Amino acid sequence: MAAIITQDKAMAVATVARSPGYWSGVARRLSRDPVALVALGLIILLVAMAILAPYLAPYDPTKASMIRRLKPIGTPGYLLGTDELGRDMLSRLIYGARLSLIMGVIPVPIAFVIGSAIGIVAGYVGGITNTLIMRTVDVFYAFPSVLLAVALSGTLGSGLGNALVSLTVVFIPQIARVAESVTTQVRRLDYVDAARASGAKGHTIILVHVLGNVLGPIFVFATSLISVSMILASGLSFLGLGVRPPDAEWGLMLNTLRTAIYVNPMVAALPGVMIFLTSICFNLFSDGLRSAMDVKS
Amino acid sequence: MLLYGLKRLLHVIPVAFGVSIVCFMLIHIAPGDPLAAILPSDASAELQAQMRSFYGLDRPLIVQYGLWIWRALHGDLGVSIATGRSVSGEIAAASVNSIILAIAATLIGFTLGSFLGFLAGVFRGGLVDRLASGISMLGVSVPHYWLGMVLVIVFSVHLGWLPAMGGGPGGSDGRAVGWDYIRYLVLPAITMSVIPMGIIARTIRSLVADILSQDFTQALAAKGLMTRQILRHVIRNAAPTAISVMGLQLGYLLGGSILIETVFSWPGTGFLLNGAIFTRDLPVLQGTILVLAMFFVLVNLIVDVVQGTIDPRIQRS
Repeated sequence: MAAIITQDKAMAVATVARSPGYWSGVARRLSRDPVALVALGLIILLVAMAILAPYLAPYDPTKASMIRRLKPIGTPGYLLGTDELGRDMLSRLIYGARLSLIMGVIPVPIAFVIGSAIGIVAGYVGGITNTLIMRTVDVFYAFPSVLLAVALSGTLGSGLGNALVSLTVVFIPQIARVAESVTTQVRRLDYVDAARASGAKGHTIILVHVLGNVLGPIFVFATSLISVSMILASGLSFLGLGVRPPDAEWGLMLNTLRTAIYVNPMVAALPGVMIFLTSICFNLFSDGLRSAMDVKS
Repeated sequence: MLLYGLKRLLHVIPVAFGVSIVCFMLIHIAPGDPLAAILPSDASAELQAQMRSFYGLDRPLIVQYGLWIWRALHGDLGVSIATGRSVSGEIAAASVNSIILAIAATLIGFTLGSFLGFLAGVFRGGLVDRLASGISMLGVSVPHYWLGMVLVIVFSVHLGWLPAMGGGPGGSDGRAVGWDYIRYLVLPAITMSVIPMGIIARTIRSLVADILSQDFTQALAAKGLMTRQILRHVIRNAAPTAISVMGLQLGYLLGGSILIETVFSWPGTGFLLNGAIFTRDLPVLQGTILVLAMFFVLVNLIVDVVQGTIDPRIQRS
């Protein structure tokens, strides 16, 4: 092993080992945070459950049966009971992870890219461009997020695509505002002036000096939005504005089971437990990530 | 103070203008013809043209917007397609219920949240802190519409203590101060209070922790003040931020109450909006969103000005 590593490389490794970089420091601090690790583990399990749904689910999630409707939890063969159309709850909860995670997670990275681009440009260019961009962002920020999401998907109509668009539009202004304020701070720092003085062009400064220093904080903020997005996305489905029946999605399942709370309350509450679990895992992980990335603490 | 208020107002006017444009455009991004909801599909071309000019849909967009906003500023938001009643009247009736619910929820959430946050900030790192942080973490992560369902299952279905849904014995018009009305308010208000509670607890915790670590509180302690007296200073320093967070949360709850109002069939603006979406009642949809968004803008303005008045440091920044 030692033979194939040249001395230069060994020296490099040793140097790195002695003064670990920022990201390895973050990873190290994160690996010492048991709560964040458990949350991350559960998130990975949920994603695996969504991907492997056809292998894990005992039944077809859309196969209805009028004779076994609303069976309680623990019915032989139907571990978590059946829903109002006699579909197996366990299978629907497993399959539900697919659409629920897609609806809840996807809008955030899209909004992260668009919102960061808008905010960084506004913050870096400044002046009238900044004013124009940020006033437009303010208009969308002036809506409470639930209201904006409901207004957009309510007018566009139900469906997965429209829900994704609405949620993305909700998060873009929030991310853009954070990106703008971080960029404005970084732009005033000495090393950016130094880069400019040494002849670096605008795009080089943005790509190398600004981007590297603003993406971290924006990223942390964006991860904290995933749990909000999960709750909002399932909320849209709960209102009948997200995916359409008979698709399995936790929010939609809550909606259709709402009428069953007098017959079989425990089964009716199950999809909400899944939304709660997912949202709390994302929140705990993002909290851990934030404190791991915060060098000051 | 007056100057600061005026400056904030000048900042808010373009935002309010933009908000009105977004609300106006909602109808035009909606797929399909806005008339499709009113006219039968086999309506004659002549009738369609007649209705189009009746609703002003044949004019240029900018003229339509001008007319719409001019009427809206005079309190006329059009007529509901579903009920034929005036949209402003429906919104006014629903708003009262929403405001009552939002205020009740904010009061509960603020009381519990500031209590938890204060304890957590004073006993940082201890058991109380962890418990309070845990509760506020649960509060911000819980899907509140589901919590509403669970509370209904426990308190209405199992225990039978409180009604599961509705806005009181007299329906949406029969508000009478008394237990009969409050009974209906309890579950939705508690459900809704969970949202601001977590956020307020987290804000106050970091505020209190921050103030306690500053030099002046340590100087107070060194001077020999009792803990109780030091905490009085902490509260006075934390109050402006706490109050502004409370105001903002009230605004959020008013605008974002649609999920909880739907769960409990609480006859407020969110419930009205939900109904309008499913009957494709575009005037009601547009009007409700406009009023709620403007209300949110107004609440933010008031919070800014009040906070600037209490804490002059904000005016300077």
